Amino acid sequence: MIDRESPVTEDELHAFVDGELPADRQAVVEAWLASHPDDAARVAAWETQAQAIRARFRSIVDESVPSHLKVDSLLRAGLNWRTVAAAVAAAAFLIGGVAGWMARDTTEVTAAPGDPADQIAQHALSAHKLYIGEIRHPIEVGASEMHLTPWLSRRLGTTLRIPDFSAFDMKLLGGRLLPGEAGPAALLMYENGNGDRVTFYCAKLTAPQMSFRYYQSDNVAAIRWVVSDYGYVVSGPANKARLKELARAAFEQLENRAPPPPANRSSNEPLISRRGT
Amino acid sequence: MSSFRQDVEANVPALRRYARALTRDGELADDLVQDTLVRALRSEHLFHGGEIRSWLFTILTNLNRNRLRSLARRPTTSALEDSDAPDSAGPEAGGRDIERALNLLVEDQKQALLLVVLEGLSYREVAEVQGVPIGTVMSRLARARAQIKAYLDGERPVLRRVK
Repeated sequence: MIDRESPVTEDELHAFVDGELPADRQAVVEAWLASHPDDAARVAAWETQAQAIRARFRSIVDESVPSHLKVDSLLRAGLNWRTVAAAVAAAAFLIGGVAGWMARDTTEVTAAPGDPADQIAQHALSAHKLYIGEIRHPIEVGASEMHLTPWLSRRLGTTLRIPDFSAFDMKLLGGRLLPGEAGPAALLMYENGNGDRVTFYCAKLTAPQMSFRYYQSDNVAAIRWVVSDYGYVVSGPANKARLKELARAAFEQLENRAPPPPANRSSNEPLISRRGT
Repeated sequence: MSSFRQDVEANVPALRRYARALTRDGELADDLVQDTLVRALRSEHLFHGGEIRSWLFTILTNLNRNRLRSLARRPTTSALEDSDAPDSAGPEAGGRDIERALNLLVEDQKQALLLVVLEGLSYREVAEVQGVPIGTVMSRLARARAQIKAYLDGERPVLRRVK
């Protein structure tokens, strides 16, 4: 069977895997593989790779296409993608839902220098590093003081909702006001029994909606997101998985107005309920 | 809707998949798809038949190449990897390993492999998308596969699948 006059080339092995082999070489390559285990193993490995790649990304084609990627809405927006992007970002954000938004699968990306959304994360991280080190005065107003939320809400110009991290054994210590790039910023600090501290930062930020992004600086890290002209940052020890859980919890509490988890919140209970300014 | 627009729309899911695999960033991927669609729809009057799918993949590939070029010198931040999404990998695919392996490839090789394996483009179509001879596509494909195999063999021996 084997045509010894025309040995099989590596290109032909790839073509075999990819269904590009001319019909008259099919049998030759098959016979070659039967008698060349090394090549057969390589071909099998390539096929396994291909299956893994297809399996990894298969679910994306079944997702419903976001409205801002529909031809009709692009045409309506006049095919100006800057306008399109700005106009539909908010809608897509809401329509996509929390789950879809959270499920974004991302990795190393480059950030534009001076991007306000990056600056806010840097500010939050700086504040985090500065104040977690304070033993006696980590905060300005304690969690037990009833005016904490109304005060910060008034200064931020929004009804601030303070995330409840009690499900993570993180108890609210209190908060402070900080100068931010575009106005006052609020920093809330939480602490667990081990003395680990986590902060939640919120400041006005005129930027499009943005999903989670992770920043790391030495042994501390932050996750920031942007919703409705406010930037939010959760900072803590550089443990990506855990920080992500915290950020997700905060996001869901803020966006969904979901009731905070029931466990251990006797001390900061009054602060969780939504207050007017 | 014109058939041109219908054809464009029909390709959106595949474009999203390709963009996601290229960038590993859902937000970025959809931005690329949107830019691709806008460019394609604007150029409707320039399109005189031919393979719309390859053309769309060409636009997206070029846009991503431009993006990488313009961002080359900027500082990087790391977006969240979605380690716990239930659908993030096929049940037996070693999905995260293959993603890491893909990420090691240089852009041209990654494009070639994804277009062939994930999107099912022919070698000839990939050559058109990348603007190179078919021989170049094949050598990119070969290098991509060799590198992925080396990565999966060397660094993740436990997860090798015995067929």
